[in-house]
Amino acid sequence: MINSKFQIPNSKFIKSFLYLCLSVFICGQISSVLAQNDGSEQNVTGKAGTFAITNARIVTVSGTTIENGTVVISNGKISAVGANAAIPAGAERIDGKGLSVYPGMIDAGTNLGLIEVGQGMPGSVDVAETGDMNSNIKALLGINPHSVHVEVTRVNGITTVMTLPVSGIISGQSAVINLNGSTQSEMAIVPVFGLVINFPRVTTFAGFNPVAGPQTVDFSAAVKNRDKKLEDLKKLFTDAENYARVKEAYAKDKTLPAVPVDLKMEALIPYMRGEKPVIFTAERERDIRGVAKFVSETKVKGIILGGQEAWKAADDLKKNDIPVIFTNIYNLPVQDDDPYDYLFSAPMKMAQAGVKFCISTGNDGSEVRDLPYHAGLAGAYGLAKDEALKSVTLYPAQILGIADKLGSIEVGKMANIVVTDGDILQPRTNIKHLFINGRMLPLTSRHTELFDSFKDRK
Amino acid sequence: MRKLTAFLLLSIFLLTASNAAVSAQTKKQNDVLIRNATILTAVRGTLENTDILIQNGKIAKIGKNLKASSNASIIDATGKFVTPGIVDCHSHTMIDAVNEGSYSVTSMTHIRDVLNPTDIAIYRALAGGVTTANLLHGSANSIGGQNSVVKFKYGHPVEDFPIPDAPPGIKFAMGENVRRTNFQPRPGQETRYPRTRMGVLEVMRDAFLRAQTYKQSWDEYRAKVAKNDKTAIPPRRDLELEPLVEVLEGKRLVHAHGYRSDEHLNLMLLADEFGFRVATLQHGLEAYKIAPEIAKRGTGVSIFTDSWGYKLEAFDAIPYNAYLLWKAGVNVSINSDSDERMRRLNLDAAKVEKYGGVPEQDALQMITLNPAKQLGIDKRTGSIEEKKDADIVIWSEHPFSVYSHPEITMIEGEVFFDRAKDLAQRDEIKKEREALEKLDVNKAPASGGTSPKIPAEKRRGDRDDAEYGDGGNQ
Repeated sequence: MINSKFQIPNSKFIKSFLYLCLSVFICGQISSVLAQNDGSEQNVTGKAGTFAITNARIVTVSGTTIENGTVVISNGKISAVGANAAIPAGAERIDGKGLSVYPGMIDAGTNLGLIEVGQGMPGSVDVAETGDMNSNIKALLGINPHSVHVEVTRVNGITTVMTLPVSGIISGQSAVINLNGSTQSEMAIVPVFGLVINFPRVTTFAGFNPVAGPQTVDFSAAVKNRDKKLEDLKKLFTDAENYARVKEAYAKDKTLPAVPVDLKMEALIPYMRGEKPVIFTAERERDIRGVAKFVSETKVKGIILGGQEAWKAADDLKKNDIPVIFTNIYNLPVQDDDPYDYLFSAPMKMAQAGVKFCISTGNDGSEVRDLPYHAGLAGAYGLAKDEALKSVTLYPAQILGIADKLGSIEVGKMANIVVTDGDILQPRTNIKHLFINGRMLPLTSRHTELFDSFKDRK
Repeated sequence: MRKLTAFLLLSIFLLTASNAAVSAQTKKQNDVLIRNATILTAVRGTLENTDILIQNGKIAKIGKNLKASSNASIIDATGKFVTPGIVDCHSHTMIDAVNEGSYSVTSMTHIRDVLNPTDIAIYRALAGGVTTANLLHGSANSIGGQNSVVKFKYGHPVEDFPIPDAPPGIKFAMGENVRRTNFQPRPGQETRYPRTRMGVLEVMRDAFLRAQTYKQSWDEYRAKVAKNDKTAIPPRRDLELEPLVEVLEGKRLVHAHGYRSDEHLNLMLLADEFGFRVATLQHGLEAYKIAPEIAKRGTGVSIFTDSWGYKLEAFDAIPYNAYLLWKAGVNVSINSDSDERMRRLNLDAAKVEKYGGVPEQDALQMITLNPAKQLGIDKRTGSIEEKKDADIVIWSEHPFSVYSHPEITMIEGEVFFDRAKDLAQRDEIKKEREALEKLDVNKAPASGGTSPKIPAEKRRGDRDDAEYGDGGNQ
């Protein structure tokens, strides 16, 4: 239903590729079952039905909090919310006394599903394609729906993530997925969301020599290198513009020479036209202003990923309507004389400066479950508590263009819902119930399974 | 030998003398009175509206409506929470070298030799409530270097950092880092033995057999000396084996890096064979699988609460590890192994309540009293008790709240972090930076400056690639 927009281009190639993936995947599953042998349940897709969570505190996020009310879930959607919401006959009732209902949290900056084990297990890493300009790469096609990170993450209340490829200058295209589903397309909310560009930056680092160690160039050479890469990037966007123009002309007049399909150019068209956003990784003020300049000179719609010093470039970001996916709560300040809370307090400064932002772990999978504490720590250093909550619910939904479906508890939205026994951002809070796309999911993961396996060993 | 003994005695005397000098300094301290706090003592529950009187760097008195001398500094902690200073049982903060990775056994090296008291990470740790840390050698060797247990007296000279009466320790390591299988040797570089978990154990066994023989030669020599045998010739000192003899004699604590439960169990079996006790299993992310075996030996475990999966040997880590070990009666501490994570150990402790249900005080002990016990410094620090060092953190909210942050961190009654002061001096630091940037030497060449080179952001060139490859030497 949500996947109908996703059409696989060039299906013959993709199909054979998928078959290959499938066979590799099956082998992988067999070996992982052999390795684990812990009765791990794959493909737990949950229970569908009509549910009513009653007598609960409902933190709608978009509106006021309802101190004692009901949330009704039916057909995968939130069908009623309120102090006196009618409960349909046959609904499964969940007593929410003493509990709070939240929208599922959204992490807009992960590599979840593309990396199982980052080190020592290269066969489980699919995050970095070789080559500099991989505009046609799609993260969705590398995501392992059966990754253990899916369950481990969602049982802490994170129901949706954006997964990004890394590497090169153009890394590929990200996917927005729900953390439930047996196939990639069942997980997908936005199968192809944005183009990831590691915005060329000034760096004196010039590669790692295996004998002599890290190499450096002087500053002016570094500036030249950056400018050259930036020119390459701009040229690529101009090429895509020309490619699209020639294609259009041919569509109107078949007597013109036909254009052979160029996958990389093809993929760039919606980004070049500003129909889909480009996600630029950038941290320092200089680079963030560089992104803003690039956006202002093209039709590109930009998003910053990283954003350590985004608050310093607030004017440029606001002028060009560029939001920030902030991934730096669990990072140290770069310079020794930066205030110790330089990055903890960055969300507060972005809020003050009027920059649109959300908070993300920026993590590759295993620690995406810490998302609430990233937001909470921003709260410890100046960000208002309700803003902290929004920064991992409604704001990422808005930045990902899915606020009509997710990010708050409102009638008609997809039922991604988390029921807790306290403030969802607190580390001591327990998750009591979990729904994704209206399906009630068990609160189990590889971690609870290992716990059960060993808890009684004497 | 007599000369050597005399020398040793002299050094001990000098060390003690310098300690005496330090404590003489602290004696000059004014009394400090923390008023009306909510105190999480870490041993006797939570005390509401209670005062702490600090004299000579020690907690002199805990109670209601305490009186202080007229020149005492008073801290009003109404509405604030007080905990013991956090003790981090696994850290590489403030050390300028982590791994002597060339040999498989580098027990002769000492972290004490590479302490950098100006590392900004110390201040950031203080701002996260950490007062004490176990500074460990890296994990590139089966038997690594000797550790240094320090208090973060930022701004003091380096000799004030090590805790003088902390028992000495040594780093051991097992598994992926030691095998170097995730670190391909550079062209021309020889592959170092061991490359397997089997080899790691053989390196350790071999080292302890050599240590036994060495110890025996000294024992025999001392026996001869005791009998006044003038022909006694002292054995040649062996700096590699001396610390291992101390391990065999129970005088040096073994902190053993490892992940898989099987390898940690094998180490404990080896220790049984040689008659010593492993003090802590470091990381021990799978320790829950062998909780009874660990409990039986009285070995401690120092873990991450829920960091996992970053490499294959960390794939079976579960956040219930702390709970299962605690339930089995094991002394568990939660460490950071990272300048970054060090700043939020309070939240890592809080999570232990959620994963399994460790009670609040026991969870707090995992970052205070338990690591202090593991390091043999619990007589001094790790809880709010009379006569202990006044290592104290004052928090804006309950330390297990995500919205909480330290307001004041003190060590032995001296304030080393004060958020109000930090905020007040930021403008000044900013102005200083601006002034410095205007100097010709700091101008970019493009803007007409004569700057010879761009300074490196961090002095990291002297660390080996292990620190780059494994995400903070986990």
